[in-house]
Amino acid sequence: MNRLLAPVRRLYGAHPLHLLILLGCFFLAGYAAINLSADAQWPYIALWFAGAVIAHDFVLFPLYALADRLITGRRRPEPKPGPRRIAVVNHVRIPLLASGLLLLLFFPGIIAQGSDTFTAATGQTQEPFLARWLVLSAGFFALSAVLYLVRTRRARERPKRGGRRRVSGARR
Amino acid sequence: MPEDHEPEYGFPARLWRALARHRPGGPFSARAWRSPLRGPWLTSVFGSVLLVGLPVVIITGLLSYAAYSPQFGQAFPADVGWLRLPLFSWPAGPSWLYRLTQGLHVGLGLVLIPVVLAKLWSVVPKLFTWPPARSAAQALERLSLLLLVGGILFEIATGVLNIQYDYLFGFSFYTAHYYGAWVFTGAFAVHVALKLPRMVHALRSRSLRAELRTRRADTTPEPSEPDGLAPSAPTAPTVSRRGALALVGGGSALVFVLTAGQTIGGVARETALLVPRGREPGEGPNGFQINRTARAAAITPTATGSGWALRLTGGDRPRSFDRPALAALPQHTAELPIACVEGWSTTQTWTGVRLLDLARLAGVPEPGSAHVTSLERAGAFAQAFLQDNQIRHPDALLALRVNGADLSLDHGYPARVIVPALPGVHNTKWVAAIDFRAAR
Repeated sequence: MNRLLAPVRRLYGAHPLHLLILLGCFFLAGYAAINLSADAQWPYIALWFAGAVIAHDFVLFPLYALADRLITGRRRPEPKPGPRRIAVVNHVRIPLLASGLLLLLFFPGIIAQGSDTFTAATGQTQEPFLARWLVLSAGFFALSAVLYLVRTRRARERPKRGGRRRVSGARR
Repeated sequence: MPEDHEPEYGFPARLWRALARHRPGGPFSARAWRSPLRGPWLTSVFGSVLLVGLPVVIITGLLSYAAYSPQFGQAFPADVGWLRLPLFSWPAGPSWLYRLTQGLHVGLGLVLIPVVLAKLWSVVPKLFTWPPARSAAQALERLSLLLLVGGILFEIATGVLNIQYDYLFGFSFYTAHYYGAWVFTGAFAVHVALKLPRMVHALRSRSLRAELRTRRADTTPEPSEPDGLAPSAPTAPTVSRRGALALVGGGSALVFVLTAGQTIGGVARETALLVPRGREPGEGPNGFQINRTARAAAITPTATGSGWALRLTGGDRPRSFDRPALAALPQHTAELPIACVEGWSTTQTWTGVRLLDLARLAGVPEPGSAHVTSLERAGAFAQAFLQDNQIRHPDALLALRVNGADLSLDHGYPARVIVPALPGVHNTKWVAAIDFRAAR
């Protein structure tokens, strides 16, 4: 059996079952695509499918990675934030991420997009959402700032806590 | 899996090797990826959460299709070939069934978005791996990953827009979301089949308990392997691994708090701050959430005024009942939810005539189905078919009143259908006629 499989492995690069499983996936996707083609709008649907990947991998990811690089600053060897110093990075990063996540998910309401269909469906307007998002975001940053102050003060009050436990990096 | 070994090239090896020699710079350079937290263990933690959560979202989505009664051709898209669950009659009870399944579909789908984003972040160096493939096997597998990632992002994008009534995409949400789900499901199943052993192996490589006790200063990178997820030249950590997990979990918790209220209702609704159904639109017995206003449906006061009469057909001769005549029939009261495909729901106390009583009055004592039509002319839900169990359920009503008051125009005055466990849009409003068909 192995003697039969070896050439296939060499040609294809994996066990034939690997190919079989993948063909199943492509068959299913192809069948869905054939069914979908009954809808006159199918090219736009396909475009959105590809667009979703591009928007995430080549727009959203680079944007947030870049923003994170800006927050974490250059990779200078920071003076190790010892017990007296609390790093500010996460106190900016976390509220920013929370606010960004809400904008990403709920931007239609926040920027009042699709207001006609919204009103037709609900009988209401999207008026409160922008203010709510701003208040929530301000709340995240305020909470983060308060926590930063509390942590900094605590660190100053207890400058030496009997030496921090030092766990060696040997844990692998 | 072949990728576990030292680089091994499939046919044509010369081509793959030549490709490997021409590594572009930038993100294709192995040193471009520096996060000390990326690694198979972290990816596997996110992966295992999705492995549990996504099947629930997939199954509840398929159940929603079944709940629309595809046997009448009224589920969207209508003709899906083999791409559906086996046909069965959607149950008419418990009354909260669709509220639960669709609440889970939308609610869990939303809560998993931060996990999906984190999972994609953790594997993004793989997108820029070089050579792009070493064999036909790898090339095909990467193609399936395009379907996987495209599928989940497409489902998230269309779903998130739809629950906010933002039809930016212009195509039919149902059709796109349904077929997109099948493409994703196939790719997801393949991904699980191919990666499960590696995920289990990676999860065993570190102790979750130990990670949850490890502070930032003591956080060490996962061991780096060629073509692996862990970076070859990691920077110093700015956050611990437990911090990263808490961040993602916190994102999910935030989404939960801000959305679950539109399904749970009551006091919780007030925390659903950024979604359409977090507000009570008005006061009084009719002050609950509206799905499609009378104005949008072009329902005029003339059509619903004293000239309105319900037309019942299916028996020997058609019968007509104006509103006083309907109100004079035996009335039944039931507490039932309206649960919509967008995941929100609201439970109210409805009063009206049992559908089964109307079937008898129409001359069809053993109804097999009913076709309900609205005064509304246009609109995808100006009519709906009901199954026999949905007509015969003792709480299935043609409601005239809600919470002790007449229905408002926006809630379907003069009369609307309300049936336990039925998707919201099939509870036809402004009913003009019901055609009962006898069971065969």
